[in-house]
Amino acid sequence: MILDLFLAISVLLGGFFAFVAGLGILRLPDVLIRMHATTKAGTLASGLIMLAVGAGYGDAPTVARAVAIVVFLLITAPVGAHMIGRAAFRSGVPLWRTTIDPNAKTKLGVDDD
Amino acid sequence: MSVFLLNLLLAVAWAALTGQFTLGGLAIGFGVGFLALWVIQPLFGETGNYFTRVWRWVKLLVLFHYELVVSSVSVAWDVLTPRHRARPGLVCIPLKAQGEAEVLLVTNLISLTPGTLSLDVAPDCKTLVIHAMFADDPDELARSIENGMERWVREAME
Repeated sequence: MILDLFLAISVLLGGFFAFVAGLGILRLPDVLIRMHATTKAGTLASGLIMLAVGAGYGDAPTVARAVAIVVFLLITAPVGAHMIGRAAFRSGVPLWRTTIDPNAKTKLGVDDD
Repeated sequence: MSVFLLNLLLAVAWAALTGQFTLGGLAIGFGVGFLALWVIQPLFGETGNYFTRVWRWVKLLVLFHYELVVSSVSVAWDVLTPRHRARPGLVCIPLKAQGEAEVLLVTNLISLTPGTLSLDVAPDCKTLVIHAMFADDPDELARSIENGMERWVREAME
């Protein structure tokens, strides 16, 4: 009973955060701020759903897979955001009201012309 | 490291003796073994810093999950309310982390914690460029990362 309640809440919260991550892509003003939504809310959403899957089935193969999925998400989501964000910045995508540290341009490999 | 192996051995022994060779059984065995080793600590003489390291890893994991939840809620708030509160900025932050593994862990965790997203690391691993949602005070931001996530990672990895 309590386990069922816990599973339902985890899955619903996971779905909610996945929805927010998707909505964030539509609503937020520029590409870098959108990356905040997809990495953070997206990772938490998948983590919550995998938690429910692992706790719900409870057998070793499923738990092992759920843990592996979460670990790989934690490793790859920030790396993906970093690559997309850097590529966007280098190719000169307009940024929304962003103050840019003068050193950041050279560090990111953008030539001033 | 040998204390860690001993702890693993105790976990396997616990699982074998209770007949529950499952993930849960192994986890309970590891916990019980850790407690037992902690109690008989003086018998080892030199244990290195195994117990403090385990403690610091647990601390890193717990704090990280807390920060992930906080950041997701704040992102959700920004997405669902009509006004955008963000005052974004690109900020350079000096890194103290040593070695590529530490830098990888720090940058990944920074991306998943509130208000910051790592964009790039300088090739010499000394400077990190981050995109911050609230970049009014870059120095304050650099300080909070240095005393927060980066310090926890360095304590756990050292």
